[in-house]
Amino acid sequence: MPQFTDIQTILPLTVLSAWACVLLLLDVFVIRRKGLTALLAALGLAITLGLTLSQAGRTAYGFNGMVALDGFSVFVNALQVLSGLLGIALAYGYVRRMGLERGEYYSLLLFSVIGMMLMAQSTDLIMVFIALELLSIPLYVLAAFQRTDPRSEEAGLKYFLLGAFSTGFLVYGIALIYGATGSTHLSTVLNVASSGTSNLLLTIGAALALVGFGFKVAAVPFHMWTPDVYQGAPTAVTGFMSSGAKIAGFAALLRVFSTAFPSLAPNLTDVLWALAALTMILGNILAIAQSDIKRMLAYSSVAHTGYILMAFVPYGNPEVAPVSLAAGLIYLAAYTITNFGAWSVVIALEQPDGRGLQIADYDGLFWRKPALALAMTVFLISLIGFPPTIGLVGKFYLFRAAIQGGFVGLAIIGVVTSLISAYYYLRVVVNMFMYEGEPQTSHDSWLDLTWSAMAAATVVFSFFPNWLFVLAGSAMLLR
Amino acid sequence: MDFLLQPLTLMTFFPLVGVLILLLIPSEHKNALRWTALITSLITFGLSIWVFTLFRPSDPNLQLVACYDWFTFGDWTVQYHMGVDGLSILLVLLTTFLTSISILSTWTAIQERVKDFMIFFTLLETGMLGVFLAQDLFLFYIFWEFTLVPMYFLIGIWGGPHRIYAAIKFFLYTMAGSILMLLAILWLGIAGRTFSVPDLIAQGNIPPNVQWWLFLAFAAAFAIKVPMWPLHSWLPDAHVEAPTAGSVILAGVLLKMGTYGFLRFNLPLFPEASLRAAPWIALLATIGILYGAAVSYAQSDVKKLVAFSSVSHLGFVMLGLFALNTQGISGAILQMVNHGLSTGALFLLVGMIYEQTHTREIRVYGGLWKITPIFGTIMLIVSLSSMGLPGLNGFVGEFTILLGAFGSQAIGSPWYAGLSAIGVILAAIYILYMFQRMFLGPQGPIVDEVEHHGHGLRDLNWREIVTVLPILVFIFWIGLYPAPFFDLMAPSVNQLVQALSTTAIAMP
Repeated sequence: MPQFTDIQTILPLTVLSAWACVLLLLDVFVIRRKGLTALLAALGLAITLGLTLSQAGRTAYGFNGMVALDGFSVFVNALQVLSGLLGIALAYGYVRRMGLERGEYYSLLLFSVIGMMLMAQSTDLIMVFIALELLSIPLYVLAAFQRTDPRSEEAGLKYFLLGAFSTGFLVYGIALIYGATGSTHLSTVLNVASSGTSNLLLTIGAALALVGFGFKVAAVPFHMWTPDVYQGAPTAVTGFMSSGAKIAGFAALLRVFSTAFPSLAPNLTDVLWALAALTMILGNILAIAQSDIKRMLAYSSVAHTGYILMAFVPYGNPEVAPVSLAAGLIYLAAYTITNFGAWSVVIALEQPDGRGLQIADYDGLFWRKPALALAMTVFLISLIGFPPTIGLVGKFYLFRAAIQGGFVGLAIIGVVTSLISAYYYLRVVVNMFMYEGEPQTSHDSWLDLTWSAMAAATVVFSFFPNWLFVLAGSAMLLR
Repeated sequence: MDFLLQPLTLMTFFPLVGVLILLLIPSEHKNALRWTALITSLITFGLSIWVFTLFRPSDPNLQLVACYDWFTFGDWTVQYHMGVDGLSILLVLLTTFLTSISILSTWTAIQERVKDFMIFFTLLETGMLGVFLAQDLFLFYIFWEFTLVPMYFLIGIWGGPHRIYAAIKFFLYTMAGSILMLLAILWLGIAGRTFSVPDLIAQGNIPPNVQWWLFLAFAAAFAIKVPMWPLHSWLPDAHVEAPTAGSVILAGVLLKMGTYGFLRFNLPLFPEASLRAAPWIALLATIGILYGAAVSYAQSDVKKLVAFSSVSHLGFVMLGLFALNTQGISGAILQMVNHGLSTGALFLLVGMIYEQTHTREIRVYGGLWKITPIFGTIMLIVSLSSMGLPGLNGFVGEFTILLGAFGSQAIGSPWYAGLSAIGVILAAIYILYMFQRMFLGPQGPIVDEVEHHGHGLRDLNWREIVTVLPILVFIFWIGLYPAPFFDLMAPSVNQLVQALSTTAIAMP
């Protein structure tokens, strides 16, 4: 029988789950203006955000150690709720313009956020699996939401099939871990793993789990779905998915590997090193060839997974592990802000007939819509990791973790691929500022608010990053 | 408020006030925009004069220091840390001086998108000043990288026909160097638990083999910026495509950021590696001097000629810096200023004639002196200054550098200085050859062509004269009486040389 304290550890989740179910019912009565559903969903998320923040500073296990409440989970959950809110802001006008306005959009989004939040709190592999499914299934549906467009259907199906396949790896990994240690509790796994001699079964299990998480965060070679799904899914969904699913995937990866498998670091370091290097190299090189902005941002998203993985490589070194963790969290926050900004600009240029998604469609944007083009420039510069943006501050921390862990070679790969990335990001800037063109843009106030607020945040937080560093530095995992 | 009222902070960020005002002015009011930018830059220049009056030349250490904690970076703090000393004061003054002059030079040259041009230009000034003042490695890196962004737009939007290629090449080349520096900065920070440059210099316990790698990483960033041969290939493209004001700032200030970087970071932070590298840098510098001069001679485009002459002149600066003695380093600092003045003026003058003729091909000119005597006279003075005629500024700098390089223990051989001296002669050849073809001899076809299109070539107007006149004043001043300029830097340079020679004695 769950105690009241158990409920308290997942209070924001409970409230949001109830709200999402109620919203699904309420939506039936909201007939004409689906915007009301969006506002109600946003209200639910806002309440959840408040509840999440009120948990700051508390640490507790709940449900016999199945979930944990700690600094890490509060940080990640706040970020997830924020990306949910931004996801709604992106979708509000977009679904109307594209003729997708159906109420279940927002309920699905909320369910996905719930899965993401649970992911950050799970301290048991079974819970990780449940959370992963809870976050993924609504995303499969959302990816295929534009069901009249075959590309959206393809995106949904592809995401579903490959997602199911990768979840299979995760479950198989969990089974092997259970076989090796007799438990799915992270802390028990840790005890068994660090007491015994090297255990092949456990290592294989951890590697398979890494495949499952690698798929969610779009690490090479598990990234194949990313460009197609990002391109085919409605852009508002892509924007939400590219941040939310990545944060959730990394939250689970960071927690599971830092809590349960530090003793496996000697075996896994090389694997993580190769994953990070491959992801940075391939993500950035493949992005060069793209002419479609959504595909380009998809590969860019793959590349950024590589940078975060790079900081995570020294996770087994107890001196560097806190830096790795903080660097990952800071970069996830920086990436969320920048990435939502970039996707909101993409949405502003996308036309209902599907035009406006080529990089060439950005020609001359600065001379038509200077503010929009400047905002996009800020986002692209932040993705390169250039001042004065939060992208630089975040990347600085990532490189610090890699160097402090002694992985200078990997850091060099990181900076060289950053240089490559400057080429394709700057190409968009060239199109916006240095070519003539007649780009068409659409307006809705929530979208305009999103890109302008994100651009301001990207710049301002680079001058005042201290609060973010302090928060991330104190976001410790409960062990 | 205390934070903002620091002289250095006020000066560095004052241009941002101008940017805010520029943003509010509608883009149709071109003259209002020009005046706002000019007045902003003049006030910034005034502030730099104020800084100069507060500066005590006798003190070798950092002065007017503003130091505040910015954010905690794990277990140490990144600081907002600005300061000026004898190594940087002249460069700060050069920056504010040339920015005002460049803005004045755009009055008629920039007719399109004036507002955006002025905003980028004013932003650039803040970045450049920050580079010369920052004393925290992270802060320095931010300013350093930030200067790329406005310059990229200045070349890419207002440049010539191949501007996009040139802008991207400029950006990627420079970034390629600075990302390696980023890693070195992080390594220093992790090892020393601080990014503060004076603190890191004071700690000074970096093992020699690590020093070597860190030296190379910093040198990669700075050598590309200088640019040292063989990393110079971005320079002619960027210079030729950039608008005149952009070229002036690029040559006058941005290249100095590279040499300044060597001076501020490589020499004091990695003294042993600097001593070991000195002969190699001297070799590259000498090759650069001769190569730049030879290639300049072969140019048919006058702007390209001036651009390649920069490679040659900055070779002298590098040679002087890595002589690692008082004469060499003082000469190098003065030569940075000289090159900023002379080459800046050359680019201005080339821009002024280009505005009328729209061509930079040397062969279509000829006999200009008869038609435009004032222009010809000023061009002659600036050319003579650039080639190092005694009595003008270039001579003082190059002579001091060569003196330093001849006697340098670190370089170890007088041959480099001897060969470099040939560069001075080569400079006379390519500069005078250019001058002869453009200003003397029979009238070139372009004169008739311009006449055909309208009212013929005109001489400099009052605004153009006002633009170059201040530079001429300094060309003569430094040439005839350089002592006050040397006095400004002497204590700081002596302190640096002292530290280097202590290291040299301790080295096996």
